[in-house]
Amino acid sequence: MTLIYADNNATTRVADEVVAAMLPFFTEAYSNPSSMYAFATCAKKAMEDARTQVAQLINAAQPDEIIFTSCGTESDNAAIFGVLDAQPNKNHVIMSAVEHPAVYNLTDALQRRGVRVTHLSVNREGIVDLEQLRAAINDKTALVSVMWANNETGVLSPIEEICRIAHERGVIVHTDAVQAVGKIPVDVQAVPVDLLALSGHKFHAPKGVGALYVKRGTRLRPFFVGGHQEHGRRAGTENVPSIVGLGAAAALARAFLQDEVTRVRAMRDRFEREILARVPHTRVNGHPVLRTPNTSSISFAYVEGEAILLSLSDAGICASSGSACTSGSLEPSHVLIAMGLSHAEAHGTVRFSFSRYTTDAEIEYMLEHIPPVIARLRAISPFYPG
Amino acid sequence: MWNYSDKVLEYFRNPKNMGECDNANAVGEVGSMACGDAMRLTMRIDPATERILDAKFKTFGCASAIASASVLTELIIGKTIDEALKVSNEDIARALGGLPAAKMHCSVLGHDAVIAAIDNYRGVKSAQHDMDEGKIICRCFAVTDKHIERVARENNLHTIDEVTNYTKAGGACKSCHMAIQDILDRIWREPAPCATPCAHPKPCCTTPAAT
Repeated sequence: MTLIYADNNATTRVADEVVAAMLPFFTEAYSNPSSMYAFATCAKKAMEDARTQVAQLINAAQPDEIIFTSCGTESDNAAIFGVLDAQPNKNHVIMSAVEHPAVYNLTDALQRRGVRVTHLSVNREGIVDLEQLRAAINDKTALVSVMWANNETGVLSPIEEICRIAHERGVIVHTDAVQAVGKIPVDVQAVPVDLLALSGHKFHAPKGVGALYVKRGTRLRPFFVGGHQEHGRRAGTENVPSIVGLGAAAALARAFLQDEVTRVRAMRDRFEREILARVPHTRVNGHPVLRTPNTSSISFAYVEGEAILLSLSDAGICASSGSACTSGSLEPSHVLIAMGLSHAEAHGTVRFSFSRYTTDAEIEYMLEHIPPVIARLRAISPFYPG
Repeated sequence: MWNYSDKVLEYFRNPKNMGECDNANAVGEVGSMACGDAMRLTMRIDPATERILDAKFKTFGCASAIASASVLTELIIGKTIDEALKVSNEDIARALGGLPAAKMHCSVLGHDAVIAAIDNYRGVKSAQHDMDEGKIICRCFAVTDKHIERVARENNLHTIDEVTNYTKAGGACKSCHMAIQDILDRIWREPAPCATPCAHPKPCCTTPAAT
């Protein structure tokens, strides 16, 4: 049975090297890293090595700017609530209209706390409006949170500009970089964000581990309250095997970054060119250049996303969609709607996302099998002009 | 992952009666691309016997919308139009070995298409097609109070979630949830008007209609 995994923005396979690095920490060096005896030093040291590896991946100035968390969502929540709680005199948060639910869906919770939330519009290419940002900042603004790369389209935000605009007014910048880290160069000294969320399983570490970068000097109230772990910034016994895996995956991602931005990008670009050539009434969403190299969001007019995904699954191809039917909601993707796509276009949108494990043969297989799937569903569609 | 029955998957993969009837004299179009599913049903009806000689569908939508439309054509071919009108959305779901709760609206769409096509055949301007009548309750999916009321009665729906599963109303911005609850409170308090009999005999169909 063929299996082509083209849903790497959902999750990735764990790298063999990562699994190998983790295994000893389940059955051999299984101690609690906070313990005092000599047996604990191995776990403690491995965890600190992982911190250094993660810091290097994003070029953090100090390893202790990295806090380990359980996932990207926790990192985002910890950043936003932590920054707000540290500035009790401020009550305004600015985010983009295309944030991942880990940030976007905090809107209600923030409003219930009396925090005003401004959503910045994006243009047709998915790029956030900086003029709106300039106009939205006021002396009550505690935080600007804009994602580095969008999960559905891969579109990159002008984070450097955002930092400049926010910092001029003394406002802290957080970025959800879950879809950027490991796919493009991320350098928090060149692009001076104050906080950054990342997630291991998006770059070949296991699920259930993430990190929050907190630039030294940034005031942050802990989101989890309890023990003294992570210097009191994130209570709870550390998930040592997964943290070790995150570190190993970070080191691998650094090594493979060149592959990602060259070979993976070339495969993705060829995939898009060929799909557009072979399937009429099709468009690629998002900025043509300012995108992660692995992501392709394609709208197939006149057909519906869930039906496409099920047909692709029958052909052994795993992808995901901006369609309502697959999200559990009846409403299509807020990201695509914010970009100005019609509901009809959004319903027919499929996201393909590749990784370093994607091969040319797999791209070839997809190019062969996707056009007939679309053609069959269009033949069933009452709207297809033929 | 999908929790579709084998029958839904079979009808999705190999739909029967897909296309347009030759010499169709009844056409029903329901739903819209913006709402995520739409169906066009064409039928050839023998004017002498009012029997459905042929029926074909085209559907924009998910797998269960395509499967519902396909199985519907099989259920109505050979029936008179009066018999076809009695094919309920529940019959469609049953013929598919059941539909996931959140997909029941696909079967409702099929039932609505039959009503629309037969209205078209009779030259009635969608007299029974309540999507065009009444007051819009759900703006996201353009669902009227009359439609919610009919589908709720036909399927014995008592909660907002059930109404959403069957009609999509309330499935997006949720701002109409209060209005949906008001409709449910009203219809399950009052005896139903029995002009159109319910699919299943319920107290509302045995109680004389209020005048």
